[in-house]
Amino acid sequence: MSGKTVILLENVKKIYQLGETRVFALKGINLTIREGEMVAVMGSSGSGKSTLLNIMGCLDRPTAGIYYLDGENVSQLAKSRLARIRNKRIGFVFQGFNLLGRTTVLANVQLPLIYAGAGKKEMAERAKEALAWVGLSDYLEHYPSQMSGGQQQRVAIARALVNNPSLILADEPTGSLDSKTSIEIMAVIQRLYLEKGITVIIVTHEREISQYCRRLIKLKDGRITEDTPVMNPRNAAEDLAAMPDEGEGQI
Amino acid sequence: MNFINNFEVALNGIKANKLRSSLTMLGIIIGVAAVIIMISVGQGASKRISDQISSMGSNLLMVSPGAGQGPVRGASGNVNTLTLEDAEAIAGLSMVAGAVPELNTGATIVYENQTWTSQINGTTPGMQVIKDWPVSSGSYFGDDDVQSASLVAVLGQTVVDNLFPPGTDPVGATIRINKLAFTVVGVLSPKGAAMMGQDQDDAVYVPITTVQKRMLGVNNVRTINVQTETQDSMAYVQTSIEELLRERHRITGSKTDDFSVLSLTSVLEAAETATGTMTILLASIAAISLLVGGIGIMNIMLVSVTERTKEIGLRMAVGATESNILNQFLVESVVLCLVGGFTGIITGAAVAWAISKFAGWPTYITLYSILLSAGFSAAIGIFFGYYPAKKAASLDPIEALRFEK
Repeated sequence: MSGKTVILLENVKKIYQLGETRVFALKGINLTIREGEMVAVMGSSGSGKSTLLNIMGCLDRPTAGIYYLDGENVSQLAKSRLARIRNKRIGFVFQGFNLLGRTTVLANVQLPLIYAGAGKKEMAERAKEALAWVGLSDYLEHYPSQMSGGQQQRVAIARALVNNPSLILADEPTGSLDSKTSIEIMAVIQRLYLEKGITVIIVTHEREISQYCRRLIKLKDGRITEDTPVMNPRNAAEDLAAMPDEGEGQI
Repeated sequence: MNFINNFEVALNGIKANKLRSSLTMLGIIIGVAAVIIMISVGQGASKRISDQISSMGSNLLMVSPGAGQGPVRGASGNVNTLTLEDAEAIAGLSMVAGAVPELNTGATIVYENQTWTSQINGTTPGMQVIKDWPVSSGSYFGDDDVQSASLVAVLGQTVVDNLFPPGTDPVGATIRINKLAFTVVGVLSPKGAAMMGQDQDDAVYVPITTVQKRMLGVNNVRTINVQTETQDSMAYVQTSIEELLRERHRITGSKTDDFSVLSLTSVLEAAETATGTMTILLASIAAISLLVGGIGIMNIMLVSVTERTKEIGLRMAVGATESNILNQFLVESVVLCLVGGFTGIITGAAVAWAISKFAGWPTYITLYSILLSAGFSAAIGIFFGYYPAKKAASLDPIEALRFEK
């Protein structure tokens, strides 16, 4: 795996002050993630994996240490600068999809473009392109409530990639889905880095999901305890083809 | 993120919850409509009063006894300092077209077996000229009747209607007022209601000397109406009257005048002050309902922010800055208030129109009341929208994303 460094964490610490007690959520993380990697972050709850994801996603700032994103030190930027960076360089996929309920699929996917200040025509074109890429061209005017969980997550992936980010962070992207739909979503996520070369970081607690990644990082008590390549990584598209043809999926 | 995008996001927020948005607007609609209606009713009353006062003729001066501060106190007539001779002296001043003294009393009038209580106005023939009030039959009494304090009377139409059987001509008939037998010499043409609603035709005019000597036993007059030759000479005549009366009443130096001279302009000003106060009072009451509407907006916006915490978190995650979120909610509340405000203006104008159409009250919608309400509702939108918007903007995106309803 070569290419330029997307994420470089140097001795990153995060301490929460909860009343009298100080909680050490991250106790010094050193981590390098290069362009085009597909990384799974695993750990039990309280291991600090959510905190790490929040810092890598520029939603939070480290208490100490330095975070370089695409070579830029973003560890102590102002909130509005972080919002810019999230908008331009990072895409988020959440466990609960987090789509706007009373808004059409197309408008949902356009959301990051609104804050990027894109023109109306450009917004529609790029959102349609992203939706076509996840195979939802026929659902532009649907509302999230009319769609299945797998389809909603694909809308969320389209939203994450619409602004051409260098990094997509997925927090338990299959946590609300059944196992077959989970594999479908993993197939889409694998295509993100195979076809588009986007760096993908997935936080998960499911071992099967981590099998679709190329690198596995395990966290415990705010420290990295394991950082290994995935042995025999699986291909979600192949697994899916091998499964009996049933269910909701229609990629 | 440009302004149009911002506006669209806010509009979508409003459209997404139509029922709640329209209920929120209702408070503003009612408030603004109330302000428009109240101001238009107040302005309508004020306009009618000033129209009537100016239709009475603008070159009239009223001399009243006592150091009056306004028309009300001046008319109290508690001080008896003006006399017929004062009126005659005023009539002799230059630029004065006429000076007509008045003294009135209430009395019961009897004709055969009919009785009617009315106002008996003692005056001089000049009254007819100053009030521009001709007789419909018979004639007015003359200066000689005033000289000799004759028992003659000119009746208003209402008095005639209430005492005489329909179709009879009262001229020449004998009526009794306070046991005195008066001969009816004329009937005044009907004039209708005056500005404060009283019936001007419900009056009897007799020589002023008759009231003074035969009915009340006094020497004073209640008021002297002075007509100037031109409107421009009013200030001049007012000063001359004041000088003349101070001399006649031997008021020197810093002693207070025992009379006051009022022009219709000052009566008009006093009336305008009174109706202006009423308008402000009405508008303030209406403004309170607008304020309540504003608090309603704040309430709903706070609920909306809580309800949409997750949405706010998501917007922040995909790149919305604090000011983007602040603007979104601020624009939302301002749009709610402005749409409510304009609906309120239209509703208010319609109701004001209906009031004048069906209840007969004059209403008058001013541009200023419309601008005031529009400005006020925008201000309410910003003022009451700011706190909830600030609250939304200061949410922590991580906490907001984790929020569960």
